Amino acid sequence: MKILKPGITSVQDMGRFGYQAFGMSTAGACDQYAYRISNILVGNDKKQASLESMLMGPTIEFEEDTVFAITGGEFDAQLNGSPVYNWHSYAARPGDVLELGGSSCGSFCYISFSGGIDIKSVMGSRSTYIKGKIGGIEGRYIKTGDVINASKANMSMRGRQLEGIYIPHYEREISVRVVMGPQDDYFTKKGIYTFLNSSYEVTQNIDRMGYRLKGETIEHSKGADIISDGIPLGSVQVPGDRQPIVMMADRQTTGGYTKIAVVISADIPKVAQARPGDIIHFKSISVEDAHRLYKNYEEQFDIIRWYIDHS
Amino acid sequence: MYSRPRFLPAGDNAVCMELSDGIEEECNTAIRGIVDDIFSKGIRGIVETVPTYRSILVYYDPFVMYYDDAVNVLKRVYDKLDISSAKNGDTLVIPVLYGGESGPDLPFVAEHAHLTEKEVIDIHTSVDYLIYMLGFTPGFTYLGGMDERIATPRLETPRKRIPAGSVGIAGKQTGMYPIDSPGGWRLIGITPVKLYDPYRDVPILPKMGDRIRFKPVSEKEFNKIKKEVDDCTYQVDVIKGETS
Repeated sequence: MKILKPGITSVQDMGRFGYQAFGMSTAGACDQYAYRISNILVGNDKKQASLESMLMGPTIEFEEDTVFAITGGEFDAQLNGSPVYNWHSYAARPGDVLELGGSSCGSFCYISFSGGIDIKSVMGSRSTYIKGKIGGIEGRYIKTGDVINASKANMSMRGRQLEGIYIPHYEREISVRVVMGPQDDYFTKKGIYTFLNSSYEVTQNIDRMGYRLKGETIEHSKGADIISDGIPLGSVQVPGDRQPIVMMADRQTTGGYTKIAVVISADIPKVAQARPGDIIHFKSISVEDAHRLYKNYEEQFDIIRWYIDHS
Repeated sequence: MYSRPRFLPAGDNAVCMELSDGIEEECNTAIRGIVDDIFSKGIRGIVETVPTYRSILVYYDPFVMYYDDAVNVLKRVYDKLDISSAKNGDTLVIPVLYGGESGPDLPFVAEHAHLTEKEVIDIHTSVDYLIYMLGFTPGFTYLGGMDERIATPRLETPRKRIPAGSVGIAGKQTGMYPIDSPGGWRLIGITPVKLYDPYRDVPILPKMGDRIRFKPVSEKEFNKIKKEVDDCTYQVDVIKGETS
């Protein structure tokens, strides 16, 4: 397929694991839920790479028969001028043009193709990591004129759809569950109370590295700086300005700011889909509850795949 | 170092094992020992580790183990750890062309230290620097042990693009840029060695606990090595670590 307009689009998959000890960020799709569902819809396994767009989608001209599915935010997608719906798979023929616009709801969308994107994996992943200049197409965002080859499509994967109960609704005000720590002891009781009981607005400053939020300041007891340690996905960093930042897929592997809490895996997609101006409430849960939710979250993909395969 | 490690929850699939609240060589040795042990044992359920100055972020699979299980496994590894018999890390010998166009700040560093350029180079190459951790960018090493006589403040205005391989000084730290990036370090030289090459069998050469020894080379030697690096025939000289 040929890229006629790139939007803000990169190739992403599950992420690049095993090299964080060497300073290599994981990258990978920011909304793993939408990414994984888009692959299920076109019959791919979960490791196939997709196109991820942030806020502005691409225009693509197909050069071969394929089956594609779009998931995540609403990017006003049209195939040859007719609307296509998210969470559905469609067939496309050579010469067909798929056009996405700016997002009207959600921040990220995913376009998966039956058979996956035919790009060499680097260090175990096809994810683009811009700062490390690797993965995807030459380690960069896609641009006009790029030609991306999809592997051979299984045309029977057209016309599949996700059941309504599994389709997320991106609300403008969301509740996000966190496990407190690792550095919650660097905050005063008042700071913790503020973090869990006030609302935080998503600022304009959001990207694949992190989401800066603003709201009531979170009070430290021992200062905002620590000796650098590892940064898990979804960490809520509170630097010296006492405003939280949720760390996303392209975050650095290590950092020297206090992390008051970490967002659970099941809720990271919700944060990823938040838009500037949206409101986030943080809710603390126990690590035991977090494990239970983690398992439910992971297991639902098998259930969803079974449903889609059998309907 | 703490008498016992602290364990801090880090979300639904990671635990931070903290050994100290300072930066000490002994702690680095312990961390390296723990990480080596985890890998050599191949503990089921432990997915990835991120060692840093004083802690290890350990990712685990909640389908195999819960937080408490991960903590217990790591406690057992810690209890069996014998720092005194720990193997030393390897030493990587990194050829550096000092000064000139590749090290535009060498004159400033020398002037700041009231030394000659030659003396700065001698001091900079006299130490085997311990790699405390990697982070910031792929292959970026946080090195310890620089002689404070050559400590130099950062540039007031960072450069927009520093070429990969540049060797610099920032305050009391020294280090190398593994990829082209903006930065405010005082550049004193450049190495032709690619610390980071995603298409190589070993994509990132340095690892925490190893040491870096800088070796001054002439422009002629630099060009020879550069060609070998480009032809993928260059092998970095590695002095194997031995049991202390």
